[in-house]
Amino acid sequence: MATEKVDKIVSQEYQLGFSVDVIADTLPPGLSESVIAMICAKKNEPQWMYDLRVKAFHKWETMKEPHWAHIHYPPIDYQAISYFSAPKKAPNSLDEVDENILAAYAKLGIPLEEQKMLQGIAVDAVFDSVSVKTTYSETLKEKGIIFCSISEAISDYPEMIQEYLFSVVPSTDNYFAALNAAVFTDGTFVYIPKGVRCPMELSTYFRINAKNTGQFERTLIIADEGSYVSYNEGCSAPQRDENQLHAAVVELIIKKDAQIKYSTIQNWYPGDENGKGGIYNFVTKRALCDGENSKVSWTQVETGSAITWKYPSCILKGDNSVGEFYSVAITSKHQQADTGTKMIHIGKNTRSTIISKGISAMRGENSYRGLVKILPKADKARNFSQCDSLLIGSDCGAHTFPYLESQNPSAQIEHEATTSKINDEQLFYLRQRGISEENAVSMIVHGFCKEVFAQLPMEFAVEAKELLNLTLEGSVG
Amino acid sequence: MMQIKNIHAKIGDNDILKGVNLTLEAGKVHVIMGPNGAGKSTLTKAIVGHYDVKVTEGEVIYKGKDILKMPPEERALEGIFLSFQNPVEVAGVNNAYFLRTALNAKEKYHNQKETNAAEFLKLMKVHVEQLGMNTDMIARGLNDGFSGGEKKRNEILQMEILQPDVIILDEIDSGLDIDALKAVSEGINRMKDGKKTFLVITHYRRILDYIHPDYIHVLQDGKIVKTGGPELVDILESQGYHALQKDT
Repeated sequence: MATEKVDKIVSQEYQLGFSVDVIADTLPPGLSESVIAMICAKKNEPQWMYDLRVKAFHKWETMKEPHWAHIHYPPIDYQAISYFSAPKKAPNSLDEVDENILAAYAKLGIPLEEQKMLQGIAVDAVFDSVSVKTTYSETLKEKGIIFCSISEAISDYPEMIQEYLFSVVPSTDNYFAALNAAVFTDGTFVYIPKGVRCPMELSTYFRINAKNTGQFERTLIIADEGSYVSYNEGCSAPQRDENQLHAAVVELIIKKDAQIKYSTIQNWYPGDENGKGGIYNFVTKRALCDGENSKVSWTQVETGSAITWKYPSCILKGDNSVGEFYSVAITSKHQQADTGTKMIHIGKNTRSTIISKGISAMRGENSYRGLVKILPKADKARNFSQCDSLLIGSDCGAHTFPYLESQNPSAQIEHEATTSKINDEQLFYLRQRGISEENAVSMIVHGFCKEVFAQLPMEFAVEAKELLNLTLEGSVG
Repeated sequence: MMQIKNIHAKIGDNDILKGVNLTLEAGKVHVIMGPNGAGKSTLTKAIVGHYDVKVTEGEVIYKGKDILKMPPEERALEGIFLSFQNPVEVAGVNNAYFLRTALNAKEKYHNQKETNAAEFLKLMKVHVEQLGMNTDMIARGLNDGFSGGEKKRNEILQMEILQPDVIILDEIDSGLDIDALKAVSEGINRMKDGKKTFLVITHYRRILDYIHPDYIHVLQDGKIVKTGGPELVDILESQGYHALQKDT
C-alpha cells in the first residue's frame, strides 16, 4: 500500500522540461570527414586539430559500441544525429546573450548575472555547443589561471592542448571517447599554474537545447605542481521525446602536490513514466595523478538521464597519490545507470576511497561497477570501497560488480557492500511522528546519501538535495 | 477525550477486533490487558492508522472528528502518539534531525514558531540526560543499533519532546531492566498534567506500580470484556484471564 504511494512520489514530472527558441546554426544529420571539416571550419580550427579528429573518426568507424554494461536500449543510428549546433551569434558581453537563453538559465535557477559573480563563482555556461559566456576570466587571469572554452584554448594555447589533450583519455580509448574526439564542439579548459590555489569554485553548466543534437563536450583541466582547484559541473536538459546522445570526455592532469576536486550534478531529462525519451549519457572521465602526493576527488550526483554509463577513474601514478570517488546515483521510472569507478594504483603508498550510493525506485535499474587494480610496483597501496544500494518498491533493481586485481602482496583492499530497502514500517514510523510521507522518503534517502553530499561544495550540496527532492517528491498531499 | 465506538478491524483476512467500545478520559491512565492474540496491538494500530489494519466498521471520535478518515501524519499532528512495541531502525537519519523535523512539523501545523536547531539541541539534551540516555544517542541514526532498552527510552524521549495529548504505549515495559523501567515510568509520570490521556498496553503489573493507572480494561477475542479499577490487576494476576471468562 505505502509502496504505491512511494511510486507516485518518485514519478513526479520533470521540472526543467521547457525549450527555448534560439536561432540555431545546425549541421544536417550524419557523420563523415566532410562533416568534421565543416565543424573545424565553423570553429576556425588549425589543421592539426582536423587531423586528430579525422584519425579518431577512422578509428571509431572500426570500433563496436560496447555492450557489457547492465543497460538496455534500442540501437542508436549515428548517421541520424546532427553533430553541430550553435547559437547564430557569438556574444561578447552579457548584454548580447540571447534573452531566451538567459531566461532558460533563470528557470534552472542558474544566475549568470552579477549575483553569481558576487558569490565568487566564475561561470562558463555552455548552451548547446558553444560557450555563451565566460565570466570572471579576467580576475582569474591575474593569478595566471586559464579558464576558457576548449575552442579558445585550441586557438590561444595550442602547445598546451597539443601536449595534454588526449593524453589521459586517448582519442581511440573507447567507442564513445573516439566519437567525442572526432566531433566534440566545445567544453572547458582550465589551467592552474604552479603553487596557485584557485580562489573560487569554477563551474560550468551544460544544457542540451536543439532537437536531435548530440552533445559532445570535452573538458581538460591541468593542475600544475602544488596547485588546487575545485571544479563544479552541473547539467540539465529540457524535455524531449527523442533520445538524445551525450558523449562527453573529461581529462584531468594533476602534478606533484596538486589537487583537483571535481563535482558533478547530472540532471539530464530522464524520460517519461513509460520509458520514452531521455538522454543517453555515455561519459568517459579520467584523472591522472601524475606527480607525487597529488590528489583527485570525483564527486557525482547522478539524478537524470535515461541511461548513464560513466566511470570516473583515477590513475594513481605518483607515489603517495590519492584518488577518491563519491557517488550518488538515483534511477526511477525506467532509468538505467551503470556507473562506478576505476582506481589504478601504480605508485607506492597510493590510496583510494570509493563510496557509492545507488538508489533505485519504480522500474529503475542501478549498477555499481568498479575496478580496483594494484600494479606490481604499488607497494603498500590501500583501497577502501563501500557500495550501498537502497531500493524503493519491488520493481527496481540494484547490482554490484566489483572487480579486484592485486599484483602486489603488500596491498590492502577492503570492500563493503550493503543493500537495503525503504520499508513500509520505516515510513509509517516517521509518519506517526507527524512527518509527511513525502518528507519521510526524502529524509531516508538523504540520510542514505549524506556521506557523499558532505563532499560537495556548499552551494552544490543544497542543489543536490533539491534535485533529489524533485525526483522523489511531488504528487502526494 | 477519545471515543472508540464499535471498532471492527481485520489484518489480512482475519477478523481481529469485533466491536471494541472504549472511552478514554482526559487526564486518566487507561490500561489494556489481555491474552496474546486478543487484539491489543491491532487496536493501537487502528487508532494511529497503521497500513496493516483495515477497519471495517466503527469510528474513533477525537476532538469532534472521526480520525479514521485522516492519514497517519495528520492524526499524529493532532496529538496522537504511539510508542511502538518494536521501534524500527532507520539508519542514516540522524536522531536529533528526525525529532526536530517532527517537532517543527507539529509547530507548523499548529501555527507556532518553529524551534530552531540550537534551541532544540538544548531541549533534547535536557531530556536525554533526564532519561539516563547516553548523549551520543543524539547524533546516532534513528534507533540504529540501539539495544531494546535504548529504543524504548528513545520512544519516551520523543513523547516528551512532542508533547502529544493522547499517548498510546504498546508494551513500553517489555524487555526493560529495572533501571530502564524506572526511567521510562518516570518519563511517563512527568507527562501527567491532568489533561493528557494514556492508553497503556501491558502484560505485567510491574510498570503499573509505577504509573498508577485509573482504569484497567481487559481485551479478549476482539472485545473489551471487563473494565475496572486498579484492583482488577490483582484478580488477573492471581486467577488469570480464564477467571474472567466465567464471569461473562
